[in-house]
Parts: sequence; structure tokens; C-alpha cells
Amino acid sequence: MTAWLCAIDHKRVGILYMLSALLFFLAGGLEAMVMRAQLAAPNLKLIAPEVYNQMFTMHGTTMIFLVAMPVLTGFAVYLTPLMIGANDTALPRLGALSFWLQLFGGVLLYISFASGNAPDAGWFSYAPLSEKPFSSGPGLDYWALALLLITGGTLGSAINLIVTIATERAPGMTMRLVPLFVWSTFIASIMIVFALPALAASLVLLLSDRLLHARFFDPAQGGAPLLWQHYFWIFGHPEVYIVVLPAFGMISEIIPVFSRKPIFGYPFMATSTVAIAFLSYGVWVHHMFAVALGRNFLAAFAAASMLIAVPTGTKIFSWIATMWGGAIRFTTAMLFAVAFLLEFTIGGLSGVAFATVPVDWQLTDTYFVVAHIHYVLFGGTVFALLAGVHYWFPKLSGRLLDETLGRWSFWLIVLGFNAAFFVQHFLGLLGMTRRVYTYPNLPWFGALNLISTIGAAILVFGILLFCANVAMSLFFGTVAGDDPWNAWTLEWAAASPPSIRNFAEIPTVRSRRPLWDRKHPEAPDWISV
Amino acid sequence: MGSPFSPHSVQTQSIAAVFHLVLVIASVVFLVVAAGVIYSCVRYQGRGVTASDPRPIFGSRNLEILWTVVPLAIVITLFVVTVRAMVLIDAPQNAGQTADLTITGHQWWWDARYPNGAVATGDIHIPAGRRLLVRLESADVIHDFWAPELARKMDAVPGRPSYLWLEADTPGAYSGACSEFCGAQHAWMRFRVVAEPEADFQAWLQRQIQPPPEPTGVAAEGARLFRSKKCADCHAFGQKGPDLTHLATRALLGAGISPNTPQTLALWLTNPQAAKPGNRMPDTPLSSPEVQALLAYLESLR
Repeated sequence: MTAWLCAIDHKRVGILYMLSALLFFLAGGLEAMVMRAQLAAPNLKLIAPEVYNQMFTMHGTTMIFLVAMPVLTGFAVYLTPLMIGANDTALPRLGALSFWLQLFGGVLLYISFASGNAPDAGWFSYAPLSEKPFSSGPGLDYWALALLLITGGTLGSAINLIVTIATERAPGMTMRLVPLFVWSTFIASIMIVFALPALAASLVLLLSDRLLHARFFDPAQGGAPLLWQHYFWIFGHPEVYIVVLPAFGMISEIIPVFSRKPIFGYPFMATSTVAIAFLSYGVWVHHMFAVALGRNFLAAFAAASMLIAVPTGTKIFSWIATMWGGAIRFTTAMLFAVAFLLEFTIGGLSGVAFATVPVDWQLTDTYFVVAHIHYVLFGGTVFALLAGVHYWFPKLSGRLLDETLGRWSFWLIVLGFNAAFFVQHFLGLLGMTRRVYTYPNLPWFGALNLISTIGAAILVFGILLFCANVAMSLFFGTVAGDDPWNAWTLEWAAASPPSIRNFAEIPTVRSRRPLWDRKHPEAPDWISV
Repeated sequence: MGSPFSPHSVQTQSIAAVFHLVLVIASVVFLVVAAGVIYSCVRYQGRGVTASDPRPIFGSRNLEILWTVVPLAIVITLFVVTVRAMVLIDAPQNAGQTADLTITGHQWWWDARYPNGAVATGDIHIPAGRRLLVRLESADVIHDFWAPELARKMDAVPGRPSYLWLEADTPGAYSGACSEFCGAQHAWMRFRVVAEPEADFQAWLQRQIQPPPEPTGVAAEGARLFRSKKCADCHAFGQKGPDLTHLATRALLGAGISPNTPQTLALWLTNPQAAKPGNRMPDTPLSSPEVQALLAYLESLR
């Protein structure tokens, strides 16, 4: 126990991140199910309006700040040193501090329930609704303080990862040779360093307004409600890529191994990641298209938002080209990776619809957006993470996940996810606004919402089956060995699970697939590329 | 709620056309991706863990250029379509320009004020076939005015009026809702836009500025209570509560939460938090005869 509480080893800290994220994932999922129950039929009164508002605020805040970012940080902290042939991160104590800041931020956020007033202004907490006159309870103060702690933790781990990747690479591993998961972690960490200070600044302004009677967002006193939106979204949109790019990186590791082919167009994949990062800082106003900000101003942000589709599209096509001509093995990890390709494409394409300003002028803040973000964040990030868990679990635990249970959970998750969220596109197109605790009995509303609720229940069942698989395999799974997938990156050269020192001898790297070179001395990559 | 894609104005028709184009392009792209994924999965599955891996292919410059240039061409096309539609749909945003009516969002209801002094709560009347310039305001937090069949949605930001075109090509009642989360009762911040022939609209405008008939009998007692119990502080002067001048003509109460019947109206008098949880109306202790008198008065407000 003490060993875990005091852990600074990157593998233990990484696992702590993942476990805390799993715990909060279950909490966020429970909140989602409360919402879906309340929305199962028109005019239900299972929970009070303000409770519903607390549920979606906590669900969004939890899933972004306490699940998506920490679990990806966990994977990055665990895998990065192993993948670049290092024995630990560069700043292990900062790494450990970051985790505990993050965790206590989450605990603080959830303590707000005990105060009887959990935050209820949405995960975006628009001013002036989030100001004292309209949200007088302590909920928003908990929210802002918790996010400040989490921001600190996230920045710390991002700095640790940047320094690690910049300085700890094995001899011979230039930035042209690092695995794509490491590339995307590197870029996402840099994005964190540039995006999260905007969030921290806006939180300080909000707390000043709420606790010190400042007037930053009060129009009657010369403040500007829109200032909050600009600050929040200049963090908030890069945030989407912060939690999507590392997921892309995972897919770029998994698809090649189970297609038995190297990634198609590595330089293009790395470059497109950088391109997405740059563009993501010029698109935040697409969250504000419904504000009268001036036509030319909006058009500029529309152009940047549409352009993001180009580097994202090249990634999708490169993954397909990697599979093309391969020898594909459908492990559960590969199933999730392939499902990711299709689900994420749907989310990406509906994103293009929102970049098209006139469409946004109808569909923003409807259930079409709810469908869109879940196809990006669940169909994208979570599917990639599930692929990643199935792929790297043997390295973390030394045992394989059960494939039969894995397949059952895969199909339940695919079925449940699509039933829950695909119909929400139609609800949006029929005019159902989001963040409503109930809705009138209009044509199709009841039926589509019921399908969505049933889908969500199936999804929960699939997730619980996945959790059961993890718990059981941890103790009873087949022993994996160091390299169960016949893979190519350096983490598979370490023991499963790795010893405290990852590598008895630091490897020397000459290509992007160092283990291929080791297994095929007759045709190493550094000759054929 | 009408669908945004059953348009009843030039503006929403234009949006629907853009959406259909996006839908077609997105469907084609998705089918191409899905075909590539499914073909790869079926064709190259289980060539098994062969002794030797397939021939490695590290990339192809021509293919990469192809799948950069084609998406680029698509988004450029979309951008041109977007800008052209925006010019058509977007109303001028000049500060101080004269609007045909002013719509204000409140927690949690809407009202519309016309130049002749008419005030509408709940049902916003417009003449069919004539484009109106709406000035949009908020009295408290950020709201969003959305009548999907008639107009783009537009945020109502406190301290920052904005303008939009509102138009209906045929007479009818078109539903709408607040589309920006605005607190406890965001779900019940609905409204209707009633489009009627020009003559009917002008007649309605005139009726709205007439005072309701003089209350008599028990209704007169209700009118006295309306002032002495301070109902009038919010509901007749200022903008704290919805204007009730012609309450009895309205079909719905509480921005759509219930039909306008004596029973639902009585609930607002006896227990406003039960009528619409979280709303800003304070409890006012009333005896049963007082409730009956107030009801009689309110029912007389035609």
C-alpha cells in the first residue's frame, strides 16, 4: 500500500492514473444513466430539474477532466519511457505530484455533492449563469477550485512528458524514429501547456467574480459575458485534440501490429498531428457561431475548422492503407481499432457539418451535437482506449485478457453505443435541444429517446463485462510472455510486467521498428527504408 | 417542434439546402471509408500468422497527395457555399438600427415588444410573407432564440443586443425553444411564432394595446388583490415577470409547461414552485376566496 502511495516509478504512477480514471468513468457513467432514465419518456419526473442539471454538469466535467485526460496521461506516463527505451520519466517526482493534484481535484469536485449543491451550470459554465446572482450555492466554487487543481496536475504531467521525450530517448532514436503514440503524446503535451493556462485564467476570473465581487463577466458593470466564452473555448477546442491525438497514436500502434505491416506514411502521420495541433488553436469560435460576432470573423473560424478535416482525413486513409494488403488478425484489440475507424469517421463528418456555419446556426445546442461529441469522444477516444487496454494489458499485468469475454463486451459496446447515440442525430434534426431535463411529447421524441436509453443500458452492460474481464484476467488470465503480439516497438522488449528498471541494457535504435530489426537481421528496416 | 429541415422561410430554406449538400458529401465520404475498411477486413483477414509477414509498404507519395488534395477541394467547396449562405441568412448587426420588434429572453420565458406598445408573451405574432428585423435581448443570462422552421438560431447575450431576420412564408403556428442552457427551467422556455395574414396581424396589434375589459363582481375584488398582494409589482410593471394583460387569450402557461386552464393557473397562485420548479415567482399566502377572486380576475384578462 505504502509502495503505491509513495510511488514515483512511471509504471506505478501510470497505473494509478488509469485506476482513478476507471473509478471516475464509472461515476460519470452512472450520472449518464440517471440522465437517460429521466429522458426515457416525455414529461418524466424521476429527478428534479436542478438535479438533472447537476448530472450533466458532473458527467461532462468528469469525463473530460477526470477520465479522458488522466487515462491518456496514465498510458503516456506508463508507455512513453518503455517505448523510447528509457528507464523512467525525466521528472518522476513531478509526475507523481501531478497525479495526486489531479486525484484530489477530482475528490474535491465530488465532495460538492455532500454540500447539497453540486455544480449545475454545465461543464462549460457560461457566465453570467455561473455568477453568484444566478448560481448562489457553493457548487461553482467547488467546480472552479477543483479544475484549478486538475489544471495544475495536467500541466505538471505534460511538462514531464515533454522533457522525457525530448531528453530520454534511447541512443539512435531520433524524432523521426519515435513511435507514433509517442509523437502524439508529445504534441498533445505541448498543446496542454498552451491551452490549459487559458482555462486557469478564466477560472481565476470566475472565482474573483464569485468570491471577491469582481465584475469581469457582469455586463451591468462593464464586464463581458463573452470574455468567458473566448477564454473557455480557446482552451476547450484544443482540449478535444488533447484527448483525441493520443488515441490516434494508439490506433497507429495497434493497426500495424495486427495487420502485420508497418504504418503507412509515417512522416505524413506525424506531420498531420502537428498540423491538427496548429489549426486547433484557430477554431475556438466555432463553439460560438450562434453569437452575433460578425460574418467575416465567423467565416475565418469556419475555414480553419473545415481545414482540420484534411489532416484528420489523411490519418483515416493511412490507417486503411496500413490494413490494405496486410494479414489481419482480429484480436479484441484489433476489433476495437477497426470499429474506431468507422465510429470516429462519423464523428468527424458531423464535425464538418458544424464547421459549415449555416448548419451550425440550426443544429448547435441540439441533440445532433450530443451525438457528434460522443462519436468523437466515445467512438474515437474510448474505442481507441479499449483497443489500447486489450493491446497493452499483457505488458502491464503479464497476463492476456480473455478473448471470449472481450468479444462479447466488444459487440455489446458497439451495439449499445450506436443505439444510444446514432438516434440522437435524428433527435437533433427534429429540433430537440440539448441540456433539457424533459421534453414535450412531440412526434418521434419519445420513441427515439427510449431507443437511446435502452442503447445506453446495453452499453453499460458491455462496459461492466469489460471491467469483469480485466478483474478476472488479472488473476486467472493466460500468462502472456514478453511479446504476445509479435510486435515491433521497444516496450515489448521489456519483461511483462516490466521490472523496476525497464531495460537491463538500454537498446540502441536504428529504425522505427527496433524489434523487427532484432527479429529479422536478414532484412532490417534501416536497410529497406 | 418543427424540424429545421422543413423550412418556412428563405433563410431556413437556404440552410436546409446547405445541410443537404453536406449530408450528401458526408455520406459519400463515409461510404468510401467504410468500403475501404470492410474490404480490407474481409479480403486480408486471417491470411493468418504466416511464417513471414506481408511485404512491408512504408508509404506512397502519390496516394498521400491524392487524399490530401481531394478533401481540400471538398472543404474549399463547402467554404464557398457556407459564405454565400451566410450573406443571405445573416441580418445586419448595426447598433441602434430600427427593428420591427424586440424579443427578450428571461429566466424562463420570452416576450416580444412591438413599436406600437403591444406586448406578447408566449405567442409571438408576425405577418406571414413579410420579413421582420428582430432585435434580440436578454434580461439576465445567455439565452438562444430558435424557431427552427423560420430562422437561424441566435444567442441573446445580456448587454449585447443582436439582430436576426424572422419570416414565415405561410400562415401557421411555428414552435420554438431556448437553445442555450440557461438554468433550472431551460427545458421549459418554449414559445410559438404565430404567422397570420397582414390584416389579421394588424388587428391583433391593435387588440394588444387595448386594455382588457373592466373587471366586475368577484373579478374586481381579484383586480384589487392583484395590486395589494404585490402581483402587479412584477407582472404589470417592469420586466421581472411575464406581462399578464391578455393572459386569458394564451393557450399555454409557463413557457409551454402546461395548458392554460383554471386548474393550472390556480397552481401558480397557490404553489408556484409546483407549477414550474425553480422559477423566480415567490410564494404568496392566499386564502381560498382570494385565490378564487384572483382566478376570476385573471380569467377575465382577454
